[in-house]
Amino acid sequence: MARIVGGIACSHVPAIGAALDKGNAGNPYWKPYFDGVEPARDWLAKLKPDVAILIYNDHANALSLEMIPTFLLGTAAHFPIADEGFGQRPVPPVNGHPKLAWHLVENLILDEFDMTIANEMPVDHGLTVPLSVTCGQPKEWPFKVIPLCVNVIQYPPPTGVRCFKLGQAIRRAVEDYPEDLRVVVYGTGGMSHQLQGERAGFVNQEFDRAFLDGMVNDPARLTKISHTQYMRESGSEGIEMVMWLAMRGALGEDVREAYRYYHVPTSNTAAGLLCLDVIA
Amino acid sequence: MSAPRDYENIPGTYVYDAERGRVGYHLNMFCMSLNKPENRAAFKANEAAYLDRFPLTPEQKDAVLKRDWLGMLRVGGNIYYTIKIAFCDGLTFQDVAGMMCSMPKDEYAKMMLAGGRVPTAENLHKSGGEK
Repeated sequence: MARIVGGIACSHVPAIGAALDKGNAGNPYWKPYFDGVEPARDWLAKLKPDVAILIYNDHANALSLEMIPTFLLGTAAHFPIADEGFGQRPVPPVNGHPKLAWHLVENLILDEFDMTIANEMPVDHGLTVPLSVTCGQPKEWPFKVIPLCVNVIQYPPPTGVRCFKLGQAIRRAVEDYPEDLRVVVYGTGGMSHQLQGERAGFVNQEFDRAFLDGMVNDPARLTKISHTQYMRESGSEGIEMVMWLAMRGALGEDVREAYRYYHVPTSNTAAGLLCLDVIA
Repeated sequence: MSAPRDYENIPGTYVYDAERGRVGYHLNMFCMSLNKPENRAAFKANEAAYLDRFPLTPEQKDAVLKRDWLGMLRVGGNIYYTIKIAFCDGLTFQDVAGMMCSMPKDEYAKMMLAGGRVPTAENLHKSGGEK
């Protein structure tokens, strides 16, 4: 039987990827951040996952406003790296797990989550930056990745409680998969940030720290945060944190905090990283 | 029942909702076209002529040509799309963020290094103190 062995919440700020790609990770601006994420890499390597279900949002690369699926799952065997308008990130291509992905699609739809199915799709920094943060710069990614995109660009995104329930459905589907697989789930994006308008640069450390606490001990409280509350208190783009709740829903009730790191700023954004062990 | 728009009293924030999606679609799809190198080259060669390929309003065209980043948001631009014009110009997200809040680049960078724009009564709610 497949089982979920851990969860990772991780910001996906493109500048983090650019810092690694350009060899700037050791400079004074970036060194504190990359030192801070190092323990997460050790933790993840010891977990030895076979597959990651990576919940993220596309940023006008694989998807555009032409069609806007609320939840989309990638069933391909390979996902090329997107050209986001300045060339591809120099990272390995991402290998999927079509068998588990199709199992998820079938189970989630029959469990009343109407997933859009992507048989071909490039993946952008929303997916590759969390891999870089938690795996460094390997020649090949150490596990297969199933991309799960959530619309957080065209308002309204799915609610926090809906995302949390999707996570619970993912857990049921994974546990129903006959093959022995160790699965980790990533929830990406956040933390507080605003990239637009006269309020650009907004960061709310108090909100973020309370959110990190809630992810460990009281996710039910976090599911009650309204969209307006996210946008007002964590910045218009802080609403991405609904994707963290999808991850948290997949871990079951009790988790153990393995590692946490919080850093301001990474470019315009407060970056958070949280590693959670599943208590079997 | 119509969806609540209680986010409209967040200062300095342009939520890309149904209203903006309706008026901004073509503007944003022009931006999306800049993901292709051949389109970036065509845009750079003659911006106004390239913009004519898209059914934009005169206000939208004007905002693009003037690189009025805030103005683009007001006529339906979405920041994840309009930023592609900035990438085409060789600007970064932080450059554009500074311009949108009328801060010199180094001042904006300094604010971020010091912890970002912290919440205040004024930046959480539009004036009048309405909750």
